[in-house]
Amino acid sequence: MWDNIAILTAAPVFNIQLLLDGLFIGATFALAAYGLALVWGVMNVKNLAQGDFVMMGGYIAWWLGTQGIHPLWGLPASIVIMFAFGWAVYVLMIRRVIDKDMFTSLLATFGLAIVLAQALNLMFGPEVQTAESDFPIRSYFDNAVTIADIKLVAFGLCGLLALAVVLFMKNSRMGQAIRATAQDARAARVMGIDTDRVYAFTYALNAAICGAAGALISMIWVIQPFYGISHSIRSFVIVTAAGFGNLPGVIMAGLGLGVMEQYGGFVLGAEYQQATVVALLLGVLVWRQIEMRRHRQVVQ
Amino acid sequence: MEKFNPKLHLPILVFGLAAPFVVPGLTIQVAVLWVMVLFALTWDVMGGQMGYNSLGNIFFFGAGMYICAIVQIAFITDVGAYTASNGGVRITFTHQEYFMGLICGIIAAAIGSALIAAALGWTVFGLRGPYFAIGTLGIALAAGELMGTWEWVGGGGGISMPVYPGSADGKAYLFYFLCFAAAVGTYLFCSWLYSTRFGLAINAIRDDEQKAEAMGVHTLRYKTIAWAVSAFFLGISGALFGNITGFIEPLEVAFPTVTFGIFMVAMSLLGGKGTLWGPVLGAFLFHFLKEFTWTYFLGWQWVALGVLIIVNVVFFQQGIMGWLMEKFPEKFGIVVEKKEAAE
Amino acid sequence: MNTTRLLTAVSASLAIAGLVMSGPAQAKVEGDTIILGSAISFTGKYSTNGIHAKNGYELGVMKINEMGGVKVGGKTYKLKVQYYDDESTPLRTAQLLERLVNQDGVKYFLGPYSSATTKAAAPIMEKYKVPMIEAEGASRSLFNKGYKYLFAVLSTSEQYLASSISLAAEIAEKNGKKASDIKVAMAFENDPFSLDVRAGVLEDAKKYGMKVVIDDKMPRDLNDISSTLTKVKALKPDLLVLSGHSKGAATGARQIKEMKINVPMIAMTHCEAAKITSKFGASTDDFLCPTQWAETLSYKDKYFGTAADYDKLFKKTFEGYKNVPYQSAQATAAVLVWKEAFEKADSFDTTKVRDAISSIEMETFYGGIKFSPAGNNIAKPMVLRQIQNGQYNVVAPSKWASHPVNWPRTAK
Repeated sequence: MWDNIAILTAAPVFNIQLLLDGLFIGATFALAAYGLALVWGVMNVKNLAQGDFVMMGGYIAWWLGTQGIHPLWGLPASIVIMFAFGWAVYVLMIRRVIDKDMFTSLLATFGLAIVLAQALNLMFGPEVQTAESDFPIRSYFDNAVTIADIKLVAFGLCGLLALAVVLFMKNSRMGQAIRATAQDARAARVMGIDTDRVYAFTYALNAAICGAAGALISMIWVIQPFYGISHSIRSFVIVTAAGFGNLPGVIMAGLGLGVMEQYGGFVLGAEYQQATVVALLLGVLVWRQIEMRRHRQVVQ
Repeated sequence: MEKFNPKLHLPILVFGLAAPFVVPGLTIQVAVLWVMVLFALTWDVMGGQMGYNSLGNIFFFGAGMYICAIVQIAFITDVGAYTASNGGVRITFTHQEYFMGLICGIIAAAIGSALIAAALGWTVFGLRGPYFAIGTLGIALAAGELMGTWEWVGGGGGISMPVYPGSADGKAYLFYFLCFAAAVGTYLFCSWLYSTRFGLAINAIRDDEQKAEAMGVHTLRYKTIAWAVSAFFLGISGALFGNITGFIEPLEVAFPTVTFGIFMVAMSLLGGKGTLWGPVLGAFLFHFLKEFTWTYFLGWQWVALGVLIIVNVVFFQQGIMGWLMEKFPEKFGIVVEKKEAAE
Repeated sequence: MNTTRLLTAVSASLAIAGLVMSGPAQAKVEGDTIILGSAISFTGKYSTNGIHAKNGYELGVMKINEMGGVKVGGKTYKLKVQYYDDESTPLRTAQLLERLVNQDGVKYFLGPYSSATTKAAAPIMEKYKVPMIEAEGASRSLFNKGYKYLFAVLSTSEQYLASSISLAAEIAEKNGKKASDIKVAMAFENDPFSLDVRAGVLEDAKKYGMKVVIDDKMPRDLNDISSTLTKVKALKPDLLVLSGHSKGAATGARQIKEMKINVPMIAMTHCEAAKITSKFGASTDDFLCPTQWAETLSYKDKYFGTAADYDKLFKKTFEGYKNVPYQSAQATAAVLVWKEAFEKADSFDTTKVRDAISSIEMETFYGGIKFSPAGNNIAKPMVLRQIQNGQYNVVAPSKWASHPVNWPRTAK
């Protein structure tokens, strides 16, 4: 472990590689987590199928790639397909869990996650896949730092998508309706907002965001039918750390998680890379609790 | 505590005692059924009776499995050397060594798991609702990963368990009856527990924790004890299961979070949570369905399982017992006032 | 009807249903069909290779049935395999095998995929005294326990990458350097098979006095080893060794390409199974891949002809294979061993069949097969292939080498 830290201090240039890799992948984490924050905040649905939506988006882009279409076209394709899919899932099951207790949505979406993962496995096989963008790869500092162009493109697209969603929430009628419903669903209903439609739209929007994140992940990382659960856990870590009303927080936490994973893997050894995510989750929960205790003591 | 009811308990006892002789081919499957019953019952102590839905109870299953394995091996040799040789050191256990190791291992697994639960309780029980579920899930996932990096217990290479010194059939019978006894023991203990003040207290926590606290119920203490009770029995089941499987390994065998860890929740909900018989019924039904789909719908079993969970949770949340209670309330001693019923 | 009666009725009917479901144990030989049993991974982390192995079993069974089947006691029988899905977890293996033995009455077994599941399978075979010929569990720990009913047609796992170490030493000495100057970087999956491969590499590296500069294990999902590769860039090892079944190989090849890792020698397992040449093209050139079998080797038998003929037939039968993974070839070989064993024993008695297997000595398209008393195959070497212009060419050991090794590797 100390040896590895020594490398970083002796040759700081490798920090750049770790940071960049972490930020590029963290951007897609942040995107998926933003979707979760949306459904959690607006509908109080804890969507454990989040990661499997991501994988579905990835497989759409990958499949287009195998058909000779550039996987970047998979981005709009998976947004459209996943939006429709999310709407269908809402109508079939989510509608019925919204007003149930909190655990219901967690378990129901977990059931959905199992079904989706296995369906992907039956359709596309269990192999690890990547969608090839065939963009060039650049190296800097005597090959110490390499950046694949597709990662830069994906990072930019993540930013654009996030911006689009923010503008949409601010300015469009539907966006305003969603925000109103999140604040007070009953009041919104009284004001003539069709909350059922708002919920359906929100859930579909979340699926579309996940689909977009997945399409990007298939190009810059790897996808596999059973990787969904780790993406779900990441989304939960990010939202738990940032809180769901807090978009800048979600973005920072997402990028931070990506970087932490890279550093965790580098310093402690790659076997701790995913353990880092879970450890962070527990750390965040414990820390929140200490905060809460302090708060309670103040109240007492 | 439930009185002995020949019509209800006798068939199950007879089934449990006779199964390995009537259907010797199914011994292991029925043993797993009893483990499932234990899973569902212990989950329900927390999830059903106390309203704390844990997704990470499987942690204690794995903890028990590892504690028992370590004790069993440490009884005769150095654990580090045993695991480093990857089971290559062939140590033949005499009957006495094996059984002493096993007995101590099971006891240590039960007590050790309960102690870990008590220690963790302090951190975990500040979490409410979904945070509790996610936090416990995190504990189970983290445990699997960290065990995988601990060389002394074999890391990801796992541990080959000590070989049973007697005949193969003897081993099957021994572990079958241990599993059966563990399930019956859990049932009896829960049945007794729910009839005491303790049962009332955890029900009160489920119904309204703040009010319960305001009434002077020391909620944290009750919650921790309830968790330790779950952990105690889960530790035993883990100890037994490790010996049945014969080879343990952190990610798939000891901490199977997304299979057994979720099954226990699904079984409780299927049967009806918050009741004594619901989890038992759910475990029977679930295990039966699982074995059925695993055999006849190869490849689709996970789809079937996922759909079952969705349908169960979304459309049939009260579970079988809950549904029965709604349908035939008078049979459960629930008196419906005439006036209300007439409306 | 009161509650207790209701519950009694429900539980009793469940119990009865359970008993009915289980049914009586069927015969191991139904009519003119011999049933082989296998619990193998169709889902979960080993499923890619589980399916390769299943395809291998199926092709073997098909061929034998086409050629008239198995002759025992003057009668010919067809072969059939009954599968269950073990979900890549040893937890299921034991249960499913018990079920195959007890409920389905199967007495002859083909192995699961992976060392972990085979470890759980072996004690069951011992318990019921039924033989298993396995093709996919290579860990040495399977063959030091005195199992009598477990036979493996493949070479054990410590041999997988050890040859790359001696090759590295050879090259270093040829270039006037000392073998002990070689720096080795390793990344292995944290599972019994890969850890055993690691043990083999460590032993050999120690023999030459090489320095191990990185010794990482891959994360649970095997989806990212870029942090390890960044370390590789920093420490500039002479040899990079990777093993993590198909997932590890796919992830590794992808990120080696993306990060332009420039190590003079890279060796990894499961190249063919992960289809890395068709996925990552020229960037995988000069990778060294150990294999149990290669279609270019000069083995042959009366069933499939030469190794190359098998290769052709396999590609024709199953779609989507650019290279036939050795996992499939060895699975087919296991089926061939079963056929010869039945005919040699001329009986269905499990003890006689077991003895026949243990004394078998045969040539197959997959290589020679002869079992040691411990049950592993000692008649077949492992070979090391190098990807050269998208082709897998055998480069070591020199007895089988068809092409010289390319060294140093250049990143493309």
